[in-house]
Amino acid sequence: MPQNADNVLDHFNLFRQPEYKEMFENKKKNFENPIADAELERVREWTKTEEYREKNFAREALTVNPAKACQPLGAVFAAVGFESTIPFVHGSQGCVAYYRSHFSRHFKEPTSCVSSSMTEDAAVFGGLNNMIDGLANTYNMYKPKMIAVSTTCMAEVIGDDLNAFIKTSKEKGSVPQEFDVPFAHTPAFVGSHITGYDNVMKGVIEHFWDGKAGTAPKLERVPNEKINFLGGFDGYTVGNLREVKRIFNSMGVEYTILGDNSDVWDTPTDGEFRMYDGGTTLEEAANAIHAKATISMQQYCTEKTLPVIAAHGQETVALNHPIGVKGTDEFLMAISRISGKPVSAELTKERGRLVDAMADSAAHIHGKKFAIYGDPDLCLGLTSFLLELGAEPTTILSTNGGKAWQEKTEKLLASSPFGKNCHVYAGKDLWHMRSLLFTDPVDFLIGNTYGKYLERDTGTPLIRIGFPIFDRHHYHRYPVWGYQGGMNVLVWILDKIFDEIDRNTNVVAKSDYSFDIIR
Amino acid sequence: MSVAVAETVAEIKARNKELVQEVLKTYPEKTAKRRAKHLGLYEEGKPDCGVKSNIKSIPGVMTIRGCAYAGSKGVVWGPIKDMIHISHGPVGCGQYSWASRRNYYIGTTGVDTFGTMQFTSDFQEKDIVFGGDKKLAKIIDEIEVLFPLNKGISVQSECPIGLIGDDIEAVSKAKTKEYAGKTIVPVRCEGFRGVSQSLGHHIANDAIRDWVFDKMEGKPARFESTPYDVAIIGDYNIGGDAWSSRILLEEMGLRVVAQWSGDGTIAELEATPRAKLNVLHCYRSMNYISRHMEEKYGTPWVEYNFFGPSKIAESLRKIASHFDETIKENAEKVIAKYQALCDAVIAKYRPRLEGKTVMLYVGGLRPRHVIGAYEDLGMEIVGTGYEFGHNDDYQRTTHYVKDGTLIYDDVTGYEFEKFVEKVQPDLVGSGIKEKYVFQKMGVPFRQMHSWDYSGPYHGYDGFAIFARDMDMAINSPVWKMTKAPWAA
Repeated sequence: MPQNADNVLDHFNLFRQPEYKEMFENKKKNFENPIADAELERVREWTKTEEYREKNFAREALTVNPAKACQPLGAVFAAVGFESTIPFVHGSQGCVAYYRSHFSRHFKEPTSCVSSSMTEDAAVFGGLNNMIDGLANTYNMYKPKMIAVSTTCMAEVIGDDLNAFIKTSKEKGSVPQEFDVPFAHTPAFVGSHITGYDNVMKGVIEHFWDGKAGTAPKLERVPNEKINFLGGFDGYTVGNLREVKRIFNSMGVEYTILGDNSDVWDTPTDGEFRMYDGGTTLEEAANAIHAKATISMQQYCTEKTLPVIAAHGQETVALNHPIGVKGTDEFLMAISRISGKPVSAELTKERGRLVDAMADSAAHIHGKKFAIYGDPDLCLGLTSFLLELGAEPTTILSTNGGKAWQEKTEKLLASSPFGKNCHVYAGKDLWHMRSLLFTDPVDFLIGNTYGKYLERDTGTPLIRIGFPIFDRHHYHRYPVWGYQGGMNVLVWILDKIFDEIDRNTNVVAKSDYSFDIIR
Repeated sequence: MSVAVAETVAEIKARNKELVQEVLKTYPEKTAKRRAKHLGLYEEGKPDCGVKSNIKSIPGVMTIRGCAYAGSKGVVWGPIKDMIHISHGPVGCGQYSWASRRNYYIGTTGVDTFGTMQFTSDFQEKDIVFGGDKKLAKIIDEIEVLFPLNKGISVQSECPIGLIGDDIEAVSKAKTKEYAGKTIVPVRCEGFRGVSQSLGHHIANDAIRDWVFDKMEGKPARFESTPYDVAIIGDYNIGGDAWSSRILLEEMGLRVVAQWSGDGTIAELEATPRAKLNVLHCYRSMNYISRHMEEKYGTPWVEYNFFGPSKIAESLRKIASHFDETIKENAEKVIAKYQALCDAVIAKYRPRLEGKTVMLYVGGLRPRHVIGAYEDLGMEIVGTGYEFGHNDDYQRTTHYVKDGTLIYDDVTGYEFEKFVEKVQPDLVGSGIKEKYVFQKMGVPFRQMHSWDYSGPYHGYDGFAIFARDMDMAINSPVWKMTKAPWAA
C-alpha cells in the first residue's frame, strides 16, 4: 500500500508506485487493444519527418491545437473594462460558462458575465423574450451602470437583431430607457477573440459618441488635449495598464484608457467580493470623443474601432504590442508628439536602464534561435525585441494572423540582419508548429501555456509569454509594455536560458565543469 | 443569523427559510416566482429535497451551468483516449474545454492517444452559409492521413450544426464505409439543446448505444469472460480517480474490463456488454447507458460511492453482494487492509477539521456523494445543490443530508454569494467560476470539479489526499490576514 497519512502521495507520485504501474500494464495489455510498440514507435518517429510536415501543411479543413479563441471571449474582455459594466452574452448559456472559466483560469480572479440562456424554443422563435427577461433580471440583480450586449454563434446563425431587441426590451421596461446598453454582433465563426474585442470597443464608442442607437443626440466633438488609449486583447492587461498610466502620468499627459479592466481582474482578498471595480467611467467613455488622438497598442485588435474614431476627427496611431526599446521609443514619441510634452527624464532614465540590462545579458541571447506564436500584434512586439537582442527569430506563427500581418512581420524581419532566416506562418496552428520544431529546430519557443505540449514532444524549452497562461501564476500582474515591461520580458527569457544551461551542465563528473557559479 | 448562533434544527430551518425569502426579494416578480421553486431546505422524512430541478435556467441571472456540448464532448466522449473527438463548429467551444478537465490517461499523445488535443473544424462564415458537411468529410480524410493510429472519430456538434441543417450522420456513415467499418460517431450535442450539460450526457450515452454497441454485434470478444468481470461506469479519472478506484476492485478479486470513460478506449466500450456487473459512480451522466445494458444485455448495475472510508466500505460490500463468497470475503479483507490508513488519516486531520461547516455546489453527483467523506472528517454540510441534477438526484440526496440543510438548485451567482455571506461556512466546494468570489470574501474554497488540480479523491488512497487538501484549504494561515491590522 503506497499511501501514508504522514506523507500523503497525490497524483504526482502515487501513480508511480509499483502497484499502480502494474495495474496500468495489465489494463493496457488485456483490455485496451493497444498499438504494438514497434508500430507506435514507427509512427511517432514518422511525425517528426519532412514527409509528415508536408502532409501536415497540406491540410485544408482540419485545425489541430489552434492558438486562438472565438469572438465572444474578446467581447467579454472589452466589456468588463468599463465601470460597473456587466457583459450580457445573447445566445447559449454554456458559452458564458466557458468564457468565465477561461478568464478565471488565467487571471485567478472571478469574471462576472451573464447569458440570455437561449434553448431550442429560442432557436425556433428567436431570442427576443430571452433578451427582455434577461436584461430585466441582470439589471435588478447585479445593479450595473451599463450592460454590454454581445452574441454567441447561435444567436448569429438564427439572425437575432440586437438593436431591435434592445429597443423592444426598453419599451417593455426591462431597463430604463436612458440606461446604457451598447451592443455588438460578435459571431464566433468570423475572426477570433481579437475581433470580438474590436467589435465591442467599436460598439461602446459608437453608443456613446453617435447618439446611443438613435435615443440621444450625437455628441459634438470639442477637441481637448487628452489622448485615448486602447490596449487591445492582452493577457498582461493588469500589469500593462498600470504601467501605461504611470507612463502618461510621468509625462504629465492627460489620458483616457478605454476599457480599463486592470482593477476588476485584480481585486484584493480582504473579506469583500467586488463584482465591479475600477474601469473606464461612462462619462470618460463619452468624453473620449473630444480627445486629440487615440493610440492603439494593437493594430489587429482595433482594425474596426480606429476608423470609427478617425471619422470623428481624431488622429489615430496603431502600434503592434510594442515590447523592448524601439517599440517603447515609438510609443513614447507618439505620446510626446501628440501632446507636445517631452518624454520625461524618469522614463529616459528607465530607457537607459533597459539598454544597460540588455548590454549586460545580450551575450546569452545573441544568435539563439526562437520560435514564437501568439496573437498577431504580440508576435510583432516580441519579434522586434528579439531582434534588438541579437536573437534570431526562426519561426513566427499566428493562428489568427492574416496576410497583411504576415507581410508586416516579414518587413520587420527584413529590417534586421538577425531576421533573415525566419519564416512567418499566418493562419497555422500548433500542430503545424510541432512539425516545424522538428524540421527547423530552434533553441527556445515563446508561447502560451499550450506550448508545454510542444516542449514535451519536441524538447524545445518554452518561455511562457502569451494568453492564456494557466499553469504559472501571476505573470499577468507584470507589465510587458514600457521599458519596465521590456525588463520583465528580458528576465523571463534569461531565466529560461540560464535554467537550460544549468540543466545541461549539472551531470557530476561529466558536464559539471560548466556548471558555473557566475554567468 | 449565522450558523454560529443558529443552534437548533428549528432555528436553522427558520434562518434558511428567511434567507431564501430575502434573496428572492431582489428579483422581478416573475423571476422570483420561478426561482422560489429551486430554493429550499431539506425536511426530514420527505422523499426529495423540496426543490424543482432540470428546468431551463432563467436569462440574465448568471447561472453556473454549461451546455449539452460540454456534457458530451467535455464529460462523456472526450476522455476516450484512442479516439479523435472533433469539436464541430466554431473554434471557441473546443478551445475553452481543451485539456481543462484533467481526465488523466496514459498514452503517447498525438500518436496513439489524443485526449489533451483540440481538433476543430474552425467554422468560418462560408461554412455557416454553405454547410459544413463537405468540410467534415475532408477533416475525417485528413485525420486518417495525419493520425493513422486513431481507433475512431466522434463528431461533437456545436450550436450551428443543428441550426444550418448539416447531415453529420450521413457523412459519418459514408466515411465509416469508406474506411472499412471504422467507428465514426455523430453526436447531436449542440449547446442550445436541453437546459444544461445533462442532456449532453444523455445524447452522448445514446450515441454510444447507437453507433458503438449496435455496430459491434457479432464481433468476436477480445478476451475470455470470467465470472468476476465488471465495468467502471461514470468515472472520468479526474486526477486519477478511476485508477484509485480500480485498484480496490482488483484487490477484491474482480476484473475491471472497462473504464467509462476516464482513461478509456473504444475497445473497452465495446467489451462492456460482456461484463457481469456495471458499477456506476456518476449516476447522473451514465445511468442511461447502464439501464440500456440492463435491458438489452441483462447486465445488472449498482451505484457506488468511493468518497471517504464509510461510503467506500459500504460500497465495496454492496458490489461484493453481487458475487460469490470469495469476493465477499475479499471485500472484507480490502476494508481491513486499509483500516489502519484510514485511522491514521482521520487521527491526523479530524482534530483540525472537526465541526467545520461546508457548503457545496457541484454538478450532478458530488453534491451528495462527497458528504460522507466530509463527515468522516467530522465536518458538516450546511448547504448543497446541483448544477444539473434531476429529481432522482435530489431523492438520492435525502440519504446524505441532515434535516434543515439549505438546498439550492441551479443557483445563481447572486444567490450563492448571499447564502455564503449569511451562512458563513468554513469551506465552500464548487467550481472555478466560484472559487475566487468566495476567496475574496475570505472563505476557504476547494474546486470540487477539478479537485483544484490535486487528486485523486476516490478510493482509500484518494481519501488521504482529500483530507489533506481540505485541511490545507481551511487551515491555511492566509485566511488570518484578510483584514489589515489597522482596519476596524
